[in-house]
Amino acid sequence: MSHWIQEYRMKRKNRFKKLILFGAFVLPGSGHLLFKKNVKLGIHLMTGTAALILLVIFRWYRIIGTFESKAFDHWLAVLFIILSWSAMVFISVKHTYELLIDKIKKPRIKTPLVLASRRFRENKLAVISLYVICFFYLIAVLAPFLATHDPSAIDNVLETRYQSPSWEHPFGTDEYGRDLYSRALYGARVSLSVGFMAVVIAITIGTFYGSIAGYFGGFIDNIMMRFVDVFIAFPTFFLLLMLVGVFEASIVAMILILGLTSWPGTARFIRGEVLSLKEKQFTEAARAIGLPHRTIIFRHLIPNGISPVLVSAAMMVSSMIYYEAGLSFLGIGIRPPTPTWGNMMSAGRDALLVAWWVALFPGGILAATMLSFNLLADGLRDAFDPKVLMRRFL
Amino acid sequence: MLLKVENLRSFFFLDEGILRAVDDISFHVNEEETVALVGESGCGKTIAALSIINLIPSPGRVVKGKVYFNGQDLLKMSPEKIRKTRGKEIGFVFQEPSMALNPVFTVGDQIAEVLRLHMGMGVKEAERETIRLLGETGIPEPEKRFKAYPFELSGGMQQRALIALAVSCHPRLLIADEPTTALDVTVQIGIIDLLRHLQKLYDMAILLITHDLGVVAEMADRIMVMYTGKIVENAPAVDIFEEPKHPYTKGLLGSIPKLGKGSKNPLGGIPGAVPDFLDLPPGCTFHPRCELGDRDCRKKFPKLFAVDYVRQSACYKYYKM
Amino acid sequence: MWRHILKRLAQAIPLTWGILTITFFISHMAPGDPMDMYMEEQRQRQVDPEIIELLRQKYGLDLPIHVQYVRWLGNVIKGDFGESFRYRRPVLDLIAERIPYTLQLTLLALLFSTSLGIIIGIVSAVKQYSALDKGVTLGSLIIYSIPGFWLALMLVLVFSVYLGWLPTSQTRSMDYEFFSLGEKIFDRIWHLILPVFVLGLGSAAYKARYVRNRLLEVLNEEYILSARARGLKEKMVIFKHALRNAMIPLVTILGLHLPALLSGSVLIESIFAWPGMGTLAVGAVGGRDYPVMMATLMISAILTIVGNLLADITYVALDPRVSYEKKKPV
Repeated sequence: MSHWIQEYRMKRKNRFKKLILFGAFVLPGSGHLLFKKNVKLGIHLMTGTAALILLVIFRWYRIIGTFESKAFDHWLAVLFIILSWSAMVFISVKHTYELLIDKIKKPRIKTPLVLASRRFRENKLAVISLYVICFFYLIAVLAPFLATHDPSAIDNVLETRYQSPSWEHPFGTDEYGRDLYSRALYGARVSLSVGFMAVVIAITIGTFYGSIAGYFGGFIDNIMMRFVDVFIAFPTFFLLLMLVGVFEASIVAMILILGLTSWPGTARFIRGEVLSLKEKQFTEAARAIGLPHRTIIFRHLIPNGISPVLVSAAMMVSSMIYYEAGLSFLGIGIRPPTPTWGNMMSAGRDALLVAWWVALFPGGILAATMLSFNLLADGLRDAFDPKVLMRRFL
Repeated sequence: MLLKVENLRSFFFLDEGILRAVDDISFHVNEEETVALVGESGCGKTIAALSIINLIPSPGRVVKGKVYFNGQDLLKMSPEKIRKTRGKEIGFVFQEPSMALNPVFTVGDQIAEVLRLHMGMGVKEAERETIRLLGETGIPEPEKRFKAYPFELSGGMQQRALIALAVSCHPRLLIADEPTTALDVTVQIGIIDLLRHLQKLYDMAILLITHDLGVVAEMADRIMVMYTGKIVENAPAVDIFEEPKHPYTKGLLGSIPKLGKGSKNPLGGIPGAVPDFLDLPPGCTFHPRCELGDRDCRKKFPKLFAVDYVRQSACYKYYKM
Repeated sequence: MWRHILKRLAQAIPLTWGILTITFFISHMAPGDPMDMYMEEQRQRQVDPEIIELLRQKYGLDLPIHVQYVRWLGNVIKGDFGESFRYRRPVLDLIAERIPYTLQLTLLALLFSTSLGIIIGIVSAVKQYSALDKGVTLGSLIIYSIPGFWLALMLVLVFSVYLGWLPTSQTRSMDYEFFSLGEKIFDRIWHLILPVFVLGLGSAAYKARYVRNRLLEVLNEEYILSARARGLKEKMVIFKHALRNAMIPLVTILGLHLPALLSGSVLIESIFAWPGMGTLAVGAVGGRDYPVMMATLMISAILTIVGNLLADITYVALDPRVSYEKKKPV
């Protein structure tokens, strides 16, 4: 008898477990909440899934329409939805499974990175800015589905132009009657991608260049830095103006121009960091063992120098976005009808006396984005290098 | 009595807890006397010195106590009054002369500034007096050095300049915080001589703070031993060296390497390590490391009490020594 | 000290040469040559190919590039920046007309940002942890992050359009000629307020933060404690001993901010229709006016170098440690 009861209990337990796993699949995050482990992650997963579900429900037609229209940006957005959903489900199921079988996890080694991320999480402002940034990137990718109108749709201009903000047009309309909210969404795509890619280019080249110069020092350093000095002497905007004037201003050209004008600044900064790292004893030790230069640079110096690089990268994204917007504002960067926050503000400037919203909203979002990146950079800096209270008097 | 310190307490209020850097110390310094405050690094002696002139940086502050100087309680004075006392009546010499002098002003400038402020001298007069002071502290070519910046001087000369700065207004009390620690041994002797010379010249009392027992032996009339923020023994120098009445003092003296005593004898040390200020042992803070320690020692910290006419100790078991 | 200055001057020369060279090569990276652009613009009129050839020869465009480079370099050193395609006037004249306006804006903005930054920084450091201090720390970051041209538009919206307190643009009012001298001066200043304010605000925020942090650092140094232990008055401790040490690196920051301000002036000039080098450059880009583009680029870079040089010299003058580096302890 007891044998049966045990079997029955086992079966019930198994079914129970399967139910939980199924729950984790359908509603990512439920497993975390149930077991009260990693609750924050669970909440994130749940809100994420809920948001996706809402999106899919409200924009069903458009999503289906992607398969017919074959518009590239629509495809990208659909792909993103599928990928993120799969990732959330995967994480949820994996963690829930591990929790069910009571897998013992190794305690996390307190590497500097782990410590830094913990400090970062305690900084509320930094965390908020990180969320804001992720939010902006998210809506930029999903723009085709979030936009309420077609950003280039012009329709009975005389009636629709310069409408002040309303339910239908949260940001109002511009001089051609286009919905500014949708244009801003698409503008986000331009600005954010340009910012990110330009920084990637600048940081990659700059880090290589700067670490080589700083490491070898002496003559090589001298020559390399002379070149950098010349670049830095140009006031950025004038240089950008010239370059954009010489080459056409497409999005790709923008990215290249911004990236290629910024790497000298990064190189100079990295070189400084490498120089100070060089003085530290672990470099001497590495050299004493006889490690080749290449290894010292890549395996030792760069990982240690990563933190200031990240901080400056975050600030640079803010600057890149600013420059792109500035150039477009002047009419030299990306030109209408492609919406970018900069050229929208330019239109806003012309309409300043009659339609204040055209200048306010795109610029406001631009300011918010720049602010978030700067706060993020600040938070990163504080996370990597906390100010220790000086106890020297004892 | 020139200086009388009563129940002085200075704490640091940190996130991790309250750090009792100076925990209820009392002592006095007579006119023209040299008293040494001795202890290992980190025992609170510098804070004690700064507490006397009420200059503890935040997050610390003087919590309780009285510091009578010339009959007045320094801690109760208005900021303006105590400011006038500092530098004029009480001089302070810091440990690292290169850090204690402002790098962007000349040495002469900094000394003359104090002279003009406290002694009311005019510019030319102050300059002359400064040059004289520099000469008196043993700096060669003082007219040249007047215009020199701190970084242009060697360590020894910087310290002499700092001492000149401290005694410029003929203070009654000179507090010297580790004046020789940052210097080479050969230079140290010069500084000790200088301090003795100046003391005689200006009839100053010196409160000497150091962990170097050699310097103490040269200069001190009386010695106070500090451990974890408390004074554990207070006696004339001769008595301390010959017959310490506290196990900690004994341990310190035993740690001094002695020439000739036979290099075969191992250097005596004190077992254990100085405890963390935020996690002090109960009762007598020294008892875990003490050879005489027993259960009574754990109950309550022994307050300083008189062992005889001139000596004080803070050990219940002193008679065993 | 003088050796240091000469050294710096010597370094500035190859730097200048580098700037000139790079400018030349950038402008010649464009596909096609200026003649094609010229032809495009003259599309209306049928230009004889022979004339094009003659013009090519006149401008030396048929010569190999290194020869062009040497010629051009020689001209530039003599001060001849060529002729504007658009205005048919010597570029040098155009720039000479416009530079004073740009310098007005930039230097005033520098002055404004430095004074505001220092004042706020000092107050913030002295009253550490107060509400003011926390506000300044956060506020300066926010101000520093806001794009200048948006702020300009918003301020114009509030102060010019709605409140009518300040003018929207231009350097002077329409009926300027009819003003008395006093009114003229006032009018100029009135028109300068908004542009200078917007241009300098970001820099001011940065400086305030910097001064505050630096001052706090210095106040923790041993020599400040030593100064207090000597009984020096608190005002002297802060304003004489601490400030001097804290300010010295600020000079370098000033030097670094100058190119940023020049950059910023391009946008600000555009918004306020200020007749400076910025608007000239923007117009040149739109009109493919290569000589002007090159000249504005070079002149602004040279201004930057001059500014940095001045900052460097001031730094050496203020900090005795730098020039005495090689001296042995006496």
